[in-house]
Amino acid sequence: MRVELRDIRKYFGPVRANDGISLRVESGTIHGLLGENGAGKTTLMKILSGYQPYDAGEILLDGSPMRFTSPAEAIQAGIGMLHQDPMDFPPLSVLDNFLLGRGKGLGQRRREGRKKLEELCQRFGFGLDPDAPVSSLTVGERQQLELVRLLSLGVRVIILDEPTTGISAPQKELLFGTLRALAQEGLAVIFVSHKLDEVEALCSRVTVLRQGKVAGEVAAPFSSDQLVQMMFNQRLKPSRRTDVPLGEVVLDLQDASVRTYRLNVEHMSLQVRSGEVIGLAGLEGSGQRLMMLACAGLERLAAGRLLIAGQDMTHEPYRRFLEAGVAFVPAARLEEGLIPGLNLSEHVALVSGTGGFFVHWKDAEARAQKMIADFNIVGHPGMLVQELSGGNQQRALLALLPEGLRLLILEHPTRGLDLESTRWIWNKLLQRRERGTAILFTSTDLEELIEYSDRIIVFSGGVMSAPVDAKRITVEELGFMIGGQRL
Amino acid sequence: MNASRSSLNKVTLALLPVFIALLFTFLVLLIAGANPLAAYGNILAGAFESPRKLADVAVACVPLLLCSAGGLITYAAGLWNIGIEGQMIAGALATTWLINALPLPSYGLLPLSVVAGLVGGALWGLLAGVLRTFGQVNEIFAGLGLNFVAAALTNYLIFGPWKPPDGATMSGTDPFPQAAWMPTLPQARLSPVALILALAAIGAVYVLLRGTHWGLKLKAIGLNPQAARRLGADTTRNMLLAFAVCGALAGLAGSLQATAVYRRLIPQISGGYGYLSLLVILLSGSRAEWVPVVVFFFSVIQVGSPRLELRLQLDSSLGGILQASVALFFLLTRGLRERFGEKKG
Amino acid sequence: MTDSLAMVTIGAVIAASAPLVFASIGETLTERAGVVNLSLDGTILLTAMTGFAVAFSSGSLALGFLAAMAVGAVVAFIVAYGSIALGQNQTALGFVLTLLCADMSSFIGNPYVRKPGPSVPHMPIPGLVSIPFLGPVLFNQDAVVYLSYLVIIVSWLWVSRTQPGLRLRGVGERPEAAHARGVAVQRTRYLYTVLGGALVGLAGATYSLSVKLGWSHGHTTGIGWIALAIVIFGGWHPLRVAFGAYLFGALKSLGSLMQPAFPDVPTQVFQAAPFALMILALLLVSGDFTERLLFYLPPRGRRLFNALLRGTPPAALGKPFRPD
Repeated sequence: MRVELRDIRKYFGPVRANDGISLRVESGTIHGLLGENGAGKTTLMKILSGYQPYDAGEILLDGSPMRFTSPAEAIQAGIGMLHQDPMDFPPLSVLDNFLLGRGKGLGQRRREGRKKLEELCQRFGFGLDPDAPVSSLTVGERQQLELVRLLSLGVRVIILDEPTTGISAPQKELLFGTLRALAQEGLAVIFVSHKLDEVEALCSRVTVLRQGKVAGEVAAPFSSDQLVQMMFNQRLKPSRRTDVPLGEVVLDLQDASVRTYRLNVEHMSLQVRSGEVIGLAGLEGSGQRLMMLACAGLERLAAGRLLIAGQDMTHEPYRRFLEAGVAFVPAARLEEGLIPGLNLSEHVALVSGTGGFFVHWKDAEARAQKMIADFNIVGHPGMLVQELSGGNQQRALLALLPEGLRLLILEHPTRGLDLESTRWIWNKLLQRRERGTAILFTSTDLEELIEYSDRIIVFSGGVMSAPVDAKRITVEELGFMIGGQRL
Repeated sequence: MNASRSSLNKVTLALLPVFIALLFTFLVLLIAGANPLAAYGNILAGAFESPRKLADVAVACVPLLLCSAGGLITYAAGLWNIGIEGQMIAGALATTWLINALPLPSYGLLPLSVVAGLVGGALWGLLAGVLRTFGQVNEIFAGLGLNFVAAALTNYLIFGPWKPPDGATMSGTDPFPQAAWMPTLPQARLSPVALILALAAIGAVYVLLRGTHWGLKLKAIGLNPQAARRLGADTTRNMLLAFAVCGALAGLAGSLQATAVYRRLIPQISGGYGYLSLLVILLSGSRAEWVPVVVFFFSVIQVGSPRLELRLQLDSSLGGILQASVALFFLLTRGLRERFGEKKG
Repeated sequence: MTDSLAMVTIGAVIAASAPLVFASIGETLTERAGVVNLSLDGTILLTAMTGFAVAFSSGSLALGFLAAMAVGAVVAFIVAYGSIALGQNQTALGFVLTLLCADMSSFIGNPYVRKPGPSVPHMPIPGLVSIPFLGPVLFNQDAVVYLSYLVIIVSWLWVSRTQPGLRLRGVGERPEAAHARGVAVQRTRYLYTVLGGALVGLAGATYSLSVKLGWSHGHTTGIGWIALAIVIFGGWHPLRVAFGAYLFGALKSLGSLMQPAFPDVPTQVFQAAPFALMILALLLVSGDFTERLLFYLPPRGRRLFNALLRGTPPAALGKPFRPD
């Protein structure tokens, strides 16, 4: 089925998310949609798949104009979208997820559904257990389920939104093979990504979006330089990092283990020195987060010892860690890091106090104002934090950190941020590093890991690898290390 | 011109739920076959007909102010402390125990009774808090269960170990010795000390929530407990403290009911004031400055309603209907304004 | 609390537990859709009074039951509308309504206090009654008790075996995903909340017309809260919830049975017992320390323990859903 978008416009107030975008995807092709975060890719695809109403423009399928008011209508018309976080039901089984919402009538038609599910899985080589709860599946497997479900509903256009975030290398190969097979059968596949190498490998045509407009459209073969030029309108400048002399040991893990209901991470041993940057790599749920939580004092060790600057902190409560100069910045900014409902002045007062039992609001406001200036935050002290943009929220989180930290632990510090914000954040982090703070961070961006880390540790299935020198590893090698031990 | 119109608007909006509630109760009275105007008249008369009755209104304000003050603290931390009722009872029980245990006459018996009330209520509140923080039992159920347990405990004591020598009755224990009577005004049941304590409590809570670090921490915990913890506000510790402080204030209310109003322990020592204070908190939008207004309004109804039984043979629960329906329509009209008023603006 | 039944047998326990079954299964359906109806205790009071008053005045039991179910549905609708359409907090609405309905039951029900009234006729089912052991226990009951059996079976089949039941579960777990699949989320929430409310109304009427005949102030106080706790205890599964309801009924009857055997133990212990038990039951089901106990069980035992006792609430319970 051929899809055409004509002059699509979508405005969120003054923000022009889609500013007159036209796109045509032929059936039987894999069409890439490239662009940095905030370029408008997701908005456009949400419009196409019925999740988002649009302000102007037309959608045509096989030449006939269509209008959907809901995702279900879009699926009926033949367009399905695979979200980055698949829209499934974690506690329900794979089969239940497959069946939910299918057809009218009272019966579930389990036997029929089970057969169809197994058939499709076999065809593409997916190993899904129909009776397992979806919560036990990896992200890649959840994607496979959603893909199979959409196909069984007869979609002829499949949109994949950043599908390779958080899946293993074998799963990626499987996915790519599946997409090629689907294209051969005549489906139109739209592959949304910000990863150049994947788009180059998979797509026959690429449309590049920049700031809500089409920056260009090219056919394979592509040149990375050309694509980068269209995405950023500038050449990527390599970042320069100064080497910093390492100080004494700040974090010392001695055969430490963390055990939870879902995952055990055993036998972690690591020494981190002041001024060092350690990058943690690996798929979601492989243990990095647990390790970071343990180092921050938010998760108890089941075995082993943890020392901060020589002090045994193994059984100490969280506030002792804060006193010892350890800080943790979570990835979910509004859910775990900031408090929606409080403004910046209140955050400042909460975190650093204003001396004494009573709050000195003038003092807090002045300090919040200084924070805004120092960190280039777009906002004012009385602004509620949920009103800040994602990038500004991240800056606020960093700004609220106390000075002179011994150990700074960051979970996905630049997730969802555009290149400029990423550079700016790392600038600030490296400044702290120069002042002696040791940094521990996770990222799914392999290039970011290699660029900023001194050493990289790979987590896989709860096992921590030995640290690898970041200067001596390539992106491919790192990718294999991450995906290597996964099934 | 605009300023006075907008403030008039505000007043009208604030009173709208009251009007609708009066209308609703009007209908309920009609269904019950009663004369609504006579009923309303009786309630007002019941509260205002004499200076002694006015004093009674103030008497009713005391437990309501104290419980609401305490409830504001737990509400700020995002907790539904329905156990306030039981915490009131616990304070009264602790006070009664102390009075029975101390040999008479005892200098400082009254201050000690106040302390007993604070401690008893605080402990009962802590119990609910512990169940919540360490047992993951929702504080609604923990509080409720403990309310019923406290009430049963009261009955047991009144009909058992603490029963009057002549025999147990529904009137409660024997009256307290005079040394344990909180002094009241002549000709009225109002204890100035109790009223001062109540007003001081609500004032203190206002300052606490607005201008102290602890208040800010509670507010943070109520909005986002996970982030609050990361930012350094220990959730467990602060929640338990909130339960304890709220329990203490509620316990004080119970204690004062025993020593200033009834001068004995009766089965219904808490009188529903605990549950009522939660309505007060809702109606005042959890703002301490509005609490006294709502408390006064509720107390008038509380004092006036028993007259319905005397004069019109109507059940005094009409007062409760008025109070609860004001709260209900407050929520509904606020919702209507929020959802459908947006389209105008 | 139940005193009208002289013989404490299993059959009597089943009969006495019927209101709890209706109320807790009704609330289970409501919560599965993602709505908490905290007004249960007040609603049961109000519907018990309504059922009795209407049956008393009209002479028709059926009318009494229908009136009670209608009242229960209306109260539940207020909770639904106030939270879904008006965006107010479900807990606040439920709590206010519980107080309001309790007071209304006292006020409107005043003239009917301690009046003798109609009761549901005893209807042993011929043939089935003769089945050894099960017969006299299960089939020698009032009509409403048979209805309670039906409610358990139908609700279980509906939730686990039908497509609409699957949709219900989806709405409660992840409304955005359900919406993406074309399920009318808000309509589903309204529907099941009102249905649950009607079942709660049925519970109230059953109380005043079958289990504890008549009406008095605070006739049924506490039952609603226990029903809410049973929903949690039963892990939101109709069968486990029904089991919880019968378990509680049995424990309460055990209390009345044991009272004469232990004259020294004050009656208040038995009054307080259901609520202390409620807290203990919730501790068992929600507490972290039982999770730690799980570590020491073999995997098979762990799975069994989990299936029987642990349960997670529907993930979207109490959370508003705004399709953007």
